[in-house]
Amino acid sequence: MLSIKNLHASVDGKPILKGLSLEVKAGEVHAIMGPNGSGKSTLANVLAGRENYVVTQGEVIYRGKNLLASAPEERAREGVFLAFQYPVEIPGVSNIYMLKAALNAVRKARGESELDALDFIALVKERMKLAEIPEEFLYRSVNEGFSGGEKKRNEILQMALLEPRLAILDETDSGLDIDALQVVARGVNALRSPERAIVLVTHYQRLLNYIVPDYVHVLASGRIVKSGDRTLAQELDRQGYGWVAQEGAAASA
Amino acid sequence: MNPVNEGKAAYLDTLAAFARQTETREVLWLRALRREAAARFDQLGFPTTRNEEWKYTDVAPIVRAGFTSAARDPAGADGAQLSRYWFENLPGHKLVFVNGCFSAERSRLGALPKGATVASLAEALIRQPQALEIYFGRIAGESAHAFTALNTALAADGVYIHLAPGVQVEQPIHLLYVVTPAAGSKMLTPRNLIVAEEGSRAAVIEHYVTLGAAAYFTNALTEVAVGPNAAVEHYRLQEEAGDAYHVGGLHARLGRDSRLTAHAVDLGGRLVRNDVRAALEAEGAECTLNGLYVVGGRGHVDNHTHIDHVKPRGTSREFYKGVLDGRARAVFRGRIVVHPDAQHTDARQVNNNLLLSRDAEADSQPQLEIYADDVKCAHGATVGNLDEDALFYLRSRAIEASQARDLLTYAFARDVLARIALAPVRERLERRLIESLMHRAPVEELL
Amino acid sequence: MSVATESLDSLLKREYQAGFVTDIEADTLPPGLNEDVIRLISAKKGEPEFMLEWRLKAFRHWLTMNPPSWAHVKHPPIDYQDIVYYSAPKTKKDGPKSLAEVDPKLLETYEKLGIPLHEREALAGVAVDAVFDSVSVATTFKDKLARIGIIFCAFSEAVREHPDLVQKYLGSVVPHTDNFYAALNSAVFSDGSFVYVPKGVRCPMELSTYFRMNASKSGQFERTLVIADEGAYVSYLEGCTAPMRDENQLHAAVVELVALKDAQIKYSTVQNWYPGDEAGRGGIYNFVTKRGICRGPRARISWTQVETGSAITWKYPSVVLEGEESVGEFYSVAVTNNLQQADTGTKMIHIGRNTRSTIVSKGISAARGQNTYRGLVKILKGAEGARNHTQCDSLLMGDKCGAHTFPYIEVRNPTAQVEHEATTSKISEDQLFYLQSRGLSSEDAVNMVVNGFCKRVFKELPMEFAVEAQKLLSVSLEGAVG
Repeated sequence: MLSIKNLHASVDGKPILKGLSLEVKAGEVHAIMGPNGSGKSTLANVLAGRENYVVTQGEVIYRGKNLLASAPEERAREGVFLAFQYPVEIPGVSNIYMLKAALNAVRKARGESELDALDFIALVKERMKLAEIPEEFLYRSVNEGFSGGEKKRNEILQMALLEPRLAILDETDSGLDIDALQVVARGVNALRSPERAIVLVTHYQRLLNYIVPDYVHVLASGRIVKSGDRTLAQELDRQGYGWVAQEGAAASA
Repeated sequence: MNPVNEGKAAYLDTLAAFARQTETREVLWLRALRREAAARFDQLGFPTTRNEEWKYTDVAPIVRAGFTSAARDPAGADGAQLSRYWFENLPGHKLVFVNGCFSAERSRLGALPKGATVASLAEALIRQPQALEIYFGRIAGESAHAFTALNTALAADGVYIHLAPGVQVEQPIHLLYVVTPAAGSKMLTPRNLIVAEEGSRAAVIEHYVTLGAAAYFTNALTEVAVGPNAAVEHYRLQEEAGDAYHVGGLHARLGRDSRLTAHAVDLGGRLVRNDVRAALEAEGAECTLNGLYVVGGRGHVDNHTHIDHVKPRGTSREFYKGVLDGRARAVFRGRIVVHPDAQHTDARQVNNNLLLSRDAEADSQPQLEIYADDVKCAHGATVGNLDEDALFYLRSRAIEASQARDLLTYAFARDVLARIALAPVRERLERRLIESLMHRAPVEELL
Repeated sequence: MSVATESLDSLLKREYQAGFVTDIEADTLPPGLNEDVIRLISAKKGEPEFMLEWRLKAFRHWLTMNPPSWAHVKHPPIDYQDIVYYSAPKTKKDGPKSLAEVDPKLLETYEKLGIPLHEREALAGVAVDAVFDSVSVATTFKDKLARIGIIFCAFSEAVREHPDLVQKYLGSVVPHTDNFYAALNSAVFSDGSFVYVPKGVRCPMELSTYFRMNASKSGQFERTLVIADEGAYVSYLEGCTAPMRDENQLHAAVVELVALKDAQIKYSTVQNWYPGDEAGRGGIYNFVTKRGICRGPRARISWTQVETGSAITWKYPSVVLEGEESVGEFYSVAVTNNLQQADTGTKMIHIGRNTRSTIVSKGISAARGQNTYRGLVKILKGAEGARNHTQCDSLLMGDKCGAHTFPYIEVRNPTAQVEHEATTSKISEDQLFYLQSRGLSSEDAVNMVVNGFCKRVFKELPMEFAVEAQKLLSVSLEGAVG
């Protein structure tokens, strides 16, 4: 589904990703772990198409096509979904309006008909249960005045509604208490399916207790330095990132 | 001679002609007031851009056009044409002025509580001039510029509202100023006086519209006296044609513990200048000024506000926002003066501008002038584009870039409308905003 | 408690300390201004012809101008025929060639002001040009600087020794037609400092000029020109004092800064001209034009000023941001106590792409002082991606003073972001009470709060100046809260 080869990217002229490669197939859940500043969020933002993240080398093929050539909204319509680390507050734009506009745009791209107001509300309400979001949040401005946990649950709601093929969760677990973490995990697990791939970008192993990944990758200095199964995450938890980074440095030397 | 003032002659002729007509009909004090105003206009002349108060607004087109006083011709505005300007679901009192002249047959005045007067100003000046004498021309008086003087010298009609102590008018009073093509190349001088005595309350909507396109000049002036503990909610909605010129003034005096809330919304006009002046003359007065200007094409909108905190414990809140597209230019100048006596003043002012086009320009001058020490005053002004992060967020949710932009622009502007208490007025304006901002079909869910 | 605060305490009861008069024989022209006076000034300085022509052109233009009336200041009209336009301490020969030839009385004056001119005693890392009334009396470290190509000398010397540079840059930032006082300065300017830092050179020491007005009735009209060539860096400081006299004296200086590609100029001022007495008698009228231009890409100009002196201050150190990605900064503390008036601020003119400017202004008004911030942020059409952030805060101490904020924001490019914020409030009783309850005197408490309020500006000053500025502030505010 997603094939990243030798990806180099920089932000404000500063190279962050330095030759990252990754293969993700439908039905798989990948966890990308790494210390602060290793490039985890850069990867997520590059995949979503953020403008100031400049790809200087390498390629990203999504479902057989060059992902990097499309605009952010085209990627979203093709089924790429980024759950933001810091979801932005948009005063004055109601959550429900944004959800409807987004869902209809995605449905149209899939060749489905637009939902009328009644069907839409019914669908949203169903998915809201999954994300455990109270109904009043629908009528508030996007993320405005939401707590950290509420913002993350709102991201999960959007994901549940848009049913992406490739979901990238950028540190969705950071800053969450255990209850909110479980809500997020339940939301993600409910979406696991053979047609869908999920990439979890995270700093902590904790999330992986609730969402069991098929693969774990360690990112350090802009490259994946080690890959393995879930036991790798547990090892990281015990030993910290130091030893992988050293191993990575040794490998590249 | 200053080129701007060469055009003054035509206006002086109009003044002379008006004086001849009214000489015998009007009471002494009014004639004296008009004479003074005419002399003041002559002495001041039209402002030029060398005048600090008019630095960014060149009124030369108004002067050159030589708009003379409108023929009082109320023809050509039938009920069907007017109906689209009434607010849905807004009961209340409706007064229609066609080409500057009160039209009784088009107006619907509901039942008013005892002690409330809502009448044509022309009529009031004939029937009860003594009641108006201490207010008319005195509230705007000292701070007048040339256009104010011109209005005072020529004002013939408008509304006179008087609320006796304790009178609460529950339904809003909607004043519709309609201009028909008959008033093409003319000057209209609507004049309103609102006197709210102690403990009284009312909401007044001044609504300026054009039926059919024609270049003309509205030079409007409203004076408001808000008595102790009284509350006045004032709306100035300007939806005139794209080639209309508009200079408007709202001059208010606030008494002890009184409240004035004034909304100014500009959606039309070629060259628009509004002056709002509020003097908080007694302790505990509260003044809120909200403004929204949406300007496109070659439109020019200039909002000047001036709040005088004269006595202690006054509060003022000011919130003006502008959306500029095309070759539009907008000017905001908001001055807050805290006088030596006005301790414990709390004043805040915000002006935000959104530039949507390469050829638009925004000039903002928030000003604080403070002569008392125990005060809290702040102002903020911004000029910029849409928030890139918000734009990206919406796009990553599959919303097209142009639609995302519309949406954020709408959200930016609606922030001002959200402060309007009268729901029918707010909803109409929100719809108008969607029509003017959204490139795609209006989306009802936004409301 | 910091060392600075301790020193504040000892200084608190101090009056204007720079108010003494140096008794020295001077070569002084009678008051009055006409073309002959200008010719005489030019002749005394042995100027080349182009300089005289330039002065006369400025003078003729000045005659057609009126003093500005828009500033928020009040003063009686100035009689320009009652000012002495040239006064210089007498010297035996053409001019002192070395410190040994400088009149000991002058050296003593600067010693008393805390500015020793002997290099061995001088502040480490600071080169000084000492200007006394209309002339520069000494410049330290000149030779050492010359070895790395830096020219640092009296302006009149630069006119003689480096006419090409002077002719190329003089008036290129502030033309003689710019404003009333700039025109007057262009006609009669006497001395000042000249700095040229060549390509790629980082000036190893702080350069500074110390201005001293001494003669009665004299005006000081100095002219400073700082040029940083491509990739150069220089930090420049100026300090000013004058004797206490009952009459008002005029100081109308012009400062021009030119920063070429990748160059950086940091210009700091601690202005402590005599402010007049408590009744508002005497004091300097400080009407100054300061402007810098970032002429090439990534150039950077930063103005920092601490304005505690003068009866009236009228100055707007500005930056024209011409080069792409160039940066302009303005950090200001202005104090008005007693009957002082200040109308000061900046102009940031954004012309180039991705230019950035920052304005931080802290105004403190006490007693009957009137303090005005006036600033312009102008974004021209081509200034794609320009950014400005302005923060103006005013602190009020006493119910007879005034604090005023008049920003002008003009934006003609939709990709620009301009933000202006201003606040005005009384010095916090809660903070003062808290500090006093911890054992501080009321004066210490005020100083501490005021210093905290000004911190963002002080940290832009070179170390020695920051301490000096804090001291000045406490002296300026003496008796403001009691």
